[in-house]
Amino acid sequence: MDQFTLNLIFVGVTFALYIGIALWARAGSTSEFYAAGRGVHPILNGMATGADWMSAASFLSMAGIIAFGGYETSAYLMGWTGGYVLLAMLLAPYLRKFGKFTVPEFIGDRFYSQTARTVAVICLIVASVTYVIGQMKGVGVAFSGFLNMSYSGGLWLGAAIVAMYAVLGGMKGITYTQVAQYVVLITAYTIPAIFISLQLTGNPIPALGLFSDTNSGAPLLEQLNQVVQDLGFKSYTAQSGSTFNMFLFTLSLMIGTAGLPHVIVRFFTVPRVSDARWSAGWALVFIALLYLTAPAVGAMARLNFINTIYPNGLQGESLKIDEQPGWMLNWERTGLLAIEDKNNDGHITYSANGEANEVVKLDRDIMVLANPEIANLPSWVIALVVAGGLAAALSTAAGLLMAISSAVSHDLIKGIINPGISEKNELLAARISMLVSILIATWLGLNPPGFAAQTVALAFGLAAASIFPALMMGIFSKRINNKGAVAGMLSGLIVTLVYIFLHKGWFFVPGTNSFDDADPLLGPIKSTSFGAVGALVNFVVAYVVSNATEDTPEEIKALVESVRVPRGAGGAVDH
Amino acid sequence: MADQNTTSESDKAYWAANVRTIAVILVIWAVCSFGFGILLRPMLEGIKIGGTDLGFWFAQQGSIITFLILIFVYAWRMNNLDRQYGVEEE
Repeated sequence: MDQFTLNLIFVGVTFALYIGIALWARAGSTSEFYAAGRGVHPILNGMATGADWMSAASFLSMAGIIAFGGYETSAYLMGWTGGYVLLAMLLAPYLRKFGKFTVPEFIGDRFYSQTARTVAVICLIVASVTYVIGQMKGVGVAFSGFLNMSYSGGLWLGAAIVAMYAVLGGMKGITYTQVAQYVVLITAYTIPAIFISLQLTGNPIPALGLFSDTNSGAPLLEQLNQVVQDLGFKSYTAQSGSTFNMFLFTLSLMIGTAGLPHVIVRFFTVPRVSDARWSAGWALVFIALLYLTAPAVGAMARLNFINTIYPNGLQGESLKIDEQPGWMLNWERTGLLAIEDKNNDGHITYSANGEANEVVKLDRDIMVLANPEIANLPSWVIALVVAGGLAAALSTAAGLLMAISSAVSHDLIKGIINPGISEKNELLAARISMLVSILIATWLGLNPPGFAAQTVALAFGLAAASIFPALMMGIFSKRINNKGAVAGMLSGLIVTLVYIFLHKGWFFVPGTNSFDDADPLLGPIKSTSFGAVGALVNFVVAYVVSNATEDTPEEIKALVESVRVPRGAGGAVDH
Repeated sequence: MADQNTTSESDKAYWAANVRTIAVILVIWAVCSFGFGILLRPMLEGIKIGGTDLGFWFAQQGSIITFLILIFVYAWRMNNLDRQYGVEEE
């Protein structure tokens, strides 16, 4: 059986499974559509959160970025896991106690202001749509690779599938489907990593293999450092860029993790306040299984890639142009990999020297998909990775679209514009807003502002600067009032958005940027790291404005005191 | 919110204990990630592990393992505090 048929079977079977589960658990009422009736066990909820969380950015993109970025890209690893500690201690239990359905609902009630609720909806939409752009990039890469079509063709096809899938189910359908998707994606990530780790180091656990000796006797990382430096690249394990930027980037990803609405709503669906704390722990367990493997996948993929180009060692003859393995030819067809024989010697040269380098384009997002082929693994492993990558992209895109649609239909339309809307029309509005977001994200995904994980990192910056500070101050301070929260959220969002647009183009339209991340506007601070600065602006502005204006009303102080204790949490309250 | 006007001294003490717990955990959280993984890495350079140094390990794996432990410690400790202050759910 050829690879293409096998891919089709694996993808087909897993998709049939997800759609089957979604239909079986189809949402009946609005409450089920948003929050699954609060009947989900912490371990299952943890798995579903894991699937929700680990998107195309984690699955497809991150290891590739680590492979070529080395030590500095550890920011992704620490940032996207460390945020769960913040979530578990600073937000999740209190928001569960509060007992409503959406993040803007909490902000609107706590800051006793429809304006605050509207601003929260805007922040949520800006961050989530940016996030979906990153997902669409991943979906496009995965589909173009597996169907041998152009990137834009794969992108539109993927968008159609995401749309169909997200509109069909609500949260309940999504929760159980996401448990299935977690199982598929973690298997798909781990199995090739185990094979590759065994090949290179003889250690079946990739996370340990990373720090083991290769078959030649030297430690893997030492060997990798040697070859990348011989090719003229920077050392893999050494710090080379700005420490301050790495610090801010990590912080920004951590705060953003705790501020992303599609993750926070997960904790609304557990039965009890104490389950919200355990759920955060379980979610991180399932996430860590992938995140501990990812750095090994990255380092090993880089080494295997170099060995493919230089099968006889760096001094020996390099790969002939017309002897390229099938995976290279396949990815060249998608336009995501490009080889050009500049010196016409019939061999490929790979080097840090731009003029000599003949691997003229290498999209980092293809590395995880190409990895099993680079290592010559059996074809069913390759098919499994394709299915896993799509599971990751699909599950997160669906969760984000849920968050966007509930913000629009529940908070904006039902909560503010037309409280008398019927349940049927509310669901209709939810589905229309999903479709509109998919269209916008796909169109912007044709020219994404970065690799999938970098685009997603921008979304984290936006969430960090706008939503997280408002939620945290809403719980930990009784003094922050409506004016302070609104001013804080708006200033955090706006400074971050402007900083990002200045570097990535206005509204992400390519070519409209005045600066770029190689030489950022403010010293070493790249646009992906600016979220931490935006969060600081948010905190300071909210504090200053609140203290300059009137105190919060007594009933709001009582509300804050009530969310701080678990007693009397009870079920969800709809209004 | 049935009980929003019943905040007692004991609830205040519960909250203070929670905030103290959070503060301690956040210090460990920051030291293991921002500290050992980034800012203090030069100080750990002498400790070699698998072809690189301990700071690299903390940045890529050690911090994640620490985060896991911290969340479970927090959840366990808060369950105890919930019972001790009588604020647990029915």
